[in-house]
Amino acid sequence: MALALRRRRNVTEAVADEKIRIRSVESIDVTVMIGSAIASFALSQLLYETFLPLSGALGYVVVWYVLFLAVSWIAVRELRGNVRAKDHLARVVVWSGASMAIVPLILIVLYVVGKGYHALRPQFFAEDQRYVGALSDATEGGGAHAIIGTIQQVGIASLIAVPLGITTAVYLNEVKGRLAKPLRTVVDAMSAVPSIVAGLFIYAAWILALGNQQTGLAGSLALSVLFLPTVTRTAEVVLRLVPGGLREASLALGGTEWRTTSRVVLPTSRSGLVTAVILGVARVIGETAPLILTVGGAFIMNWNPLAGKQDSLPFFVFRLIRFPQESQIARAWTGALVLMILVLVLFVIARAIGGRGPDHIGRLKKWRLQRKGLA
Amino acid sequence: MTSVADVSESNLVDEARVTPVVRRSKVDRAYRAVATLSGSVVFVVMALIGGFLLYRGIDALRISGWGFITESQWAPDMGGAFGIAAVLPYTVSIALVALFLAVPISVATALFITEYAPRRLRRFLTATIDLLAAVPSLIYGLWGLFYLQPRLITLSKWLADNLGFIPFFEVNEDFGTSLGVFPSSTFVAGVIVSLMVIPICTSVMREVFGQAPPGEREGAMALGGTRWGVVRDVVLPFGRGGIIGGSMLGLGRALGETIAVTLIISPSFDAKWSIVEQGSNSIAALIALKFSESTETGISALMAAGLALFVITLIVNTAASSVVNRSRSGSATEI
Repeated sequence: MALALRRRRNVTEAVADEKIRIRSVESIDVTVMIGSAIASFALSQLLYETFLPLSGALGYVVVWYVLFLAVSWIAVRELRGNVRAKDHLARVVVWSGASMAIVPLILIVLYVVGKGYHALRPQFFAEDQRYVGALSDATEGGGAHAIIGTIQQVGIASLIAVPLGITTAVYLNEVKGRLAKPLRTVVDAMSAVPSIVAGLFIYAAWILALGNQQTGLAGSLALSVLFLPTVTRTAEVVLRLVPGGLREASLALGGTEWRTTSRVVLPTSRSGLVTAVILGVARVIGETAPLILTVGGAFIMNWNPLAGKQDSLPFFVFRLIRFPQESQIARAWTGALVLMILVLVLFVIARAIGGRGPDHIGRLKKWRLQRKGLA
Repeated sequence: MTSVADVSESNLVDEARVTPVVRRSKVDRAYRAVATLSGSVVFVVMALIGGFLLYRGIDALRISGWGFITESQWAPDMGGAFGIAAVLPYTVSIALVALFLAVPISVATALFITEYAPRRLRRFLTATIDLLAAVPSLIYGLWGLFYLQPRLITLSKWLADNLGFIPFFEVNEDFGTSLGVFPSSTFVAGVIVSLMVIPICTSVMREVFGQAPPGEREGAMALGGTRWGVVRDVVLPFGRGGIIGGSMLGLGRALGETIAVTLIISPSFDAKWSIVEQGSNSIAALIALKFSESTETGISALMAAGLALFVITLIVNTAASSVVNRSRSGSATEI
């Protein structure tokens, strides 16, 4: 037994020199990393504080990072050779690059929460700015008019864009007509239309040419120009995931094309379509640029999106942040916080729904199936 | 699957070409018509956008003539000259600064997700990148203005102090390099825009990297390649189209970014090389800032500027999606 163990250890030792592990972290790596971090910290302290005429926290971190790369590269090279050293360097760079993408998100969320929670009171959701004067405290008044405006505008925009987007996706993926190929290119191009251009377009076409006023409806038209391609593209991807065998089975059983789409393809991809719509809403709800040109902005509640100027949450924030009064700026931050919470909530809902596969049977569906005696 | 053409070529059927007889019911015809109609709405809207911007902007273009491209002033309402000769270079340079930062970070993030991250982290990271795309640009702008800018200008100062001989980092000697000359610059705006470009680039690159052929990947590993070896010799060469296409899609987004840039820059109408010095501009920010104070000719001029932006992003994005589509296999799932 002992002999066997020793022999095996010998074998593994002999192999360990050759074997390259791909996803596991070895203790020697950790040691080298910690050692290099300390060494490069000391070195950058010496260089930065003593020799070089530099200052600023940001520069310090940059110098430390570069020195860390150099020191750990040399260390791994000495210990394990050139090839491993390159691999190590690449790994460190990729890890730090990825964290560069994630860290700002955390900082942004924390910063907006920290700035915005002071004035976040229940009345922010109940009052408009009717009684807000220059000297009012930040906790007076609220953004209810902006929240209602945003809900109405985004609601109308989704009423326009969602059916249109899903039928367009159906055309691209189910009907597959002659226009499908150019249409896909144009949808891609449309998703790249800058948001301000969408606003300009509605201003030119709806307000200047047709003689309408700046209203909530004009805002939702501009939003639906941005919404339509997003929904179409994501819905098309979702429809593409429906297995072709299901369609063929439906057609083979004598189902018409319309029946196949309405009873097989769309129900199968329902959770994906809902996710597509919610993600689209999350994207559109924060759009500011087109609304500057189209909704006009207001300080008091306007329940009617068809007449009169309306406010919207992003526009509310954008206007108030440039006020000189501290209280207005505080309100703007609260608006930004509410906006961010809305986006986060929508996003989490979308993820929770989208995580389910097409074969997921929820409580409601189970009940319905049971009633039919199918499950 | 045998197509119609194959059958007729194989001479099994001599004379009559076999055309499948499709007799659709009324409902099916109606369904196809509705789907086609809603598909064509997209064409109509795109044509209308271009058409209306041109129709409204043509007056201004008539007044300015070629000056629209060569003039850097913007004073259409006072009967003065106006053009995009300063605004356009600023727009492009903000976008280029953004890409300069975003592309390496996106490549690293995409590689991290597809190659390096533990399996459990992958889904979480993908969701986080999507969330990064869903955060409103307004919030990026606010964060950039209040949090990042005061910290970033120390880096601007460092660049100006130590690399001032490069025209990009040069600042006017008269003012010296006090911190006051660095806010609201192209550089700061570009850094903020890069945060918004990262998720777009990353999601395209991730998709393309994930499609690197497993055979080659395993072959490289079997030959004793390290992880980096696999990435360098398999993943990156196969994903080159994705990197280029993703970067161009990001460029399109960066060129049209409005609110964050509007919040950060202080408008400048003299083109300059320096990216760290105060004063910058972009077409989208110009429209957002000048819109409320413009009268008839001014609006018309803004429409013309919007048309220019529309055409530029259209070209960039069409090129980008053709590059990405060529490097992506669009196969459907079959059972």
